[in-house]
Amino acid sequence: MEAVFRINGKEKTFSFDSDATLLAVLRDSGYTEIKEGCREGACGACVVLLDGLLINSCQVFAASAAGKEIITVRGLGDVHSPHPVQSAFVDSGAVQCGYCTPGMVLAAYSLLQKNPDPDDSEIKRALDGNLCRCTGYVKIVEAVRLAAGRMQGNG
Amino acid sequence: MAEYIHVGKSVTKIDSLGLAAGMEKFTDDFPTEDTLHCAILYSPHAHADIMDLDTKAALEMEGVVDVLHFKNVSRVLHTTAGQGYPEPSPYDTVLFDRKVRFIGDRIALVAAESREIAVEALKKISVEYKVLEPLFDIEKAMNPSAPRIHGDEEHVEIPVAYRPEVNLAAEVEIAFGDLEEGFSEADFTEEHTYTMQAASHCAIEPHAALAFFDARGRLVIITTTQVPFHVRRIVSRVLDIPLHSIRVIKPRIGGGFGGKQEVILEPLVALVAWRNKRASRIVLSRREVFVSSRTRHAMRIRLKTGAREDGSITALEMDALMNAGAYGTHALTVLSNTGSKVLPLFNKIDHLTFTGKSVYTNLPIGGAYRGYGATQGYFAFNQQIDMIARRAGQDLLEYCKRWHIQEGETSDVFRALGEGKKGVSQTIKSCRLSECIDRGAAAIDWYEKRGKQLKSGNDRVKGMGLAIAMQGSGIPQVDMASASMKMNDDGSFNLLIGATDIGTGSDTILAQIAAEVLCIPMEKIIVLSSDTDTTPFDTGAYASSTTYISGSAVEKCARNIKARIITAASQILGLEEEDLSLDMEKVTAPKSGQQVTYEQIALSTLYSRDQLQIQAQASYVSQESPPPFIAQFAEVDVDEKTGRIYVVKFISAVDCGQPINPVLVEGQVEGAVVNGISYALWEDYIYNSSGKMLNPRFWDYKIYTALDLPEMKTIVVGSFEETHPFGAKSVAEIAINGPAPAIANAVYDAVGVRMFDTPFTPEKVWRKMRS
Ligand code: FES
Ligand code: FES
Repeated sequence: MEAVFRINGKEKTFSFDSDATLLAVLRDSGYTEIKEGCREGACGACVVLLDGLLINSCQVFAASAAGKEIITVRGLGDVHSPHPVQSAFVDSGAVQCGYCTPGMVLAAYSLLQKNPDPDDSEIKRALDGNLCRCTGYVKIVEAVRLAAGRMQGNG
Repeated sequence: MAEYIHVGKSVTKIDSLGLAAGMEKFTDDFPTEDTLHCAILYSPHAHADIMDLDTKAALEMEGVVDVLHFKNVSRVLHTTAGQGYPEPSPYDTVLFDRKVRFIGDRIALVAAESREIAVEALKKISVEYKVLEPLFDIEKAMNPSAPRIHGDEEHVEIPVAYRPEVNLAAEVEIAFGDLEEGFSEADFTEEHTYTMQAASHCAIEPHAALAFFDARGRLVIITTTQVPFHVRRIVSRVLDIPLHSIRVIKPRIGGGFGGKQEVILEPLVALVAWRNKRASRIVLSRREVFVSSRTRHAMRIRLKTGAREDGSITALEMDALMNAGAYGTHALTVLSNTGSKVLPLFNKIDHLTFTGKSVYTNLPIGGAYRGYGATQGYFAFNQQIDMIARRAGQDLLEYCKRWHIQEGETSDVFRALGEGKKGVSQTIKSCRLSECIDRGAAAIDWYEKRGKQLKSGNDRVKGMGLAIAMQGSGIPQVDMASASMKMNDDGSFNLLIGATDIGTGSDTILAQIAAEVLCIPMEKIIVLSSDTDTTPFDTGAYASSTTYISGSAVEKCARNIKARIITAASQILGLEEEDLSLDMEKVTAPKSGQQVTYEQIALSTLYSRDQLQIQAQASYVSQESPPPFIAQFAEVDVDEKTGRIYVVKFISAVDCGQPINPVLVEGQVEGAVVNGISYALWEDYIYNSSGKMLNPRFWDYKIYTALDLPEMKTIVVGSFEETHPFGAKSVAEIAINGPAPAIANAVYDAVGVRMFDTPFTPEKVWRKMRS
């Protein structure tokens, strides 16, 4: 089947099998910034924002995203003009292997959209769906704190 | 201490922005054209002979291109351990065998036009088995009447004990003094058995590999590996493809922790590509990673100590039984490490033996895992010294400070126990463990809380535990690293290294080292690493070797460059070399005030006179493996009603020499600690009675998330290791050793029960408290 998604601000037509997951379709189309860690909704490496909602793209049929707005981590910023959340991850040393990072950055971004000044326990709760085996999360939590501060203009 | 411009600074990891922006590429992110997708058929039996196998129906399926199995793939014995050659692991593995040895062993591989077709086709392969008696228990497997898991062809390439006839993948034995005499001098003995379970590395990126041909017909393999050069060598040998026809590239890697020090998938994708002259690729599912990649070795350790009333240890006897699983990859060296990385820590024990056996069973395969046997050894050791200090009525911290190995001291164990051969004797040149103990204790308010059984909440009691440890820095006289550098027109440099950054930040710290020697900003070092065609050799990312060994190679290489720059500058300026020194991006003559910039030197040497490119290379092998040291403190609350353990605070104070990049050091420690806590409390391989893993999913094999974090702190206690150009030692593995014993000691402090086996589930703690 075919469907149009608005992805990172651009309308694009995708064709795929009706039972294909959003993760598979997007990765096959070159959106490799979306990572696959488990294919069973347990790691958060594959999250995207679907109409503003943080979802595990491995758990969603691509068909259900037809006509919707998708944002991946590359939609937030790139190496030339990174988003403050991305810069905060870099500056806090929150990126080790970086495999969980696109998902973590999106989870943090999504949190800060809803709650611009979260406390540590709110940050931890927001990141609970994203596994990281490298960092021990300490610097990731710091990064979110730093991003929150900077985005509120006091960083 | 010298003033550095880059060393000791928390420089931003050079790949971190590209990673945070999703632009860096991992293995499965590389597109390939006209690709065959692979899927693997795994054994449903723990132990069986394959009587026959029929692939006809699978091959007839539309879209199926090739099926590999024991009938059409040559039987080349090898080890999947990505170690130096000759590997100390037994050659007991072939790509496809007539026999299966665990539930999850590989039987066949389908290559098809899509992953879905390949997976579908697996169901069409019919296999006839003769089921054999499975062996799961290490004791039973060693029984001479037990069935054999491996046959007579399996062998070792080096002269070490290997007895597959009694299912022994490896044996180790060292002894000093006279145990009997030692124990007779003791006033009291402690003898306990400790067990640790298998665990998965859980790198968030699953194992993946792809292979394709370049325009010259050479085979290119991109893979999730910690050991690209070993991959090239092993693939070449196993498939009988000339090594010069293979190029292995390591892109960004999504975590390794030892799990990717294994050559598992590369020969498969390479073979599919080679036979079909098409690209091929595979990505393991999480279930496959759990069951069919590698695990931490489950181990049972019996530790007996004899001590005098004052706590001095007169004799120590350690016996380790390791469950190797179905194949013996790392079976010898992990076992050796249990002794060699643990026993030197208390180096004043005259009577000591360490014996160990690594036993084949019909369970998933053990392999390298951060800590590499030391984790299991320290679990036993640290609880034992907690007991001894208590019985001797000594303050635990003072006790540890008194007896741990000190600067200027050695241990016979260093000499006796190496990696598949005798070890290398060494004297400790840097050790700040006592300071680590003091500073960690202060940070956690040890004396205010230890032994006080403070109540926290209705049913919760507080306890405090300590664990200390050392590790190594690379494998002495074995691991080799190389680097090469060349100067560009603008005075920048390409740094080419075989060293393998698997998320640790080694590309960054090696650039820091080069930039330090050459006195240039970080951005003037352009790093390219881990490509067997373009970068020099390196044994890879394992044994905590990169900062120490690869770092030394880079420093040596940069020094060679520096010498050439000075020579060129002396010709340009017409001054003696000894009158010149480096300043930021230039060479200056302090006496005369003359100077020439790197850019001027580069342009002159490249284009103007006596042209040559300023370039250099260097290799480095270490003669020793200086241990980093760590003291780790756990504050736990134990719920007396439920047995649940809450790790409230966890402090690590580490002496890793001069930290090259403190934030990266903290990151290594924090990651290892959280992995260690998660392992101590939760992680486990749960099998049914047929040896099938029942929980190969993140939903059922829980690892820590941000929500589970205790309050954590890492204290970097600087020292200077004189055998490294910048005083550095390793830090990647050591911090995973402390959590389990520190928590166990804290649980004892809180509620008076000893936890001898991990994971410490609420049920186990509860039962202990009741018994
Ligand atoms: S890949 Fe989707 S949650 Fe893990
Ligand atoms: S940085 Fe490696 S998994 Fe998070």
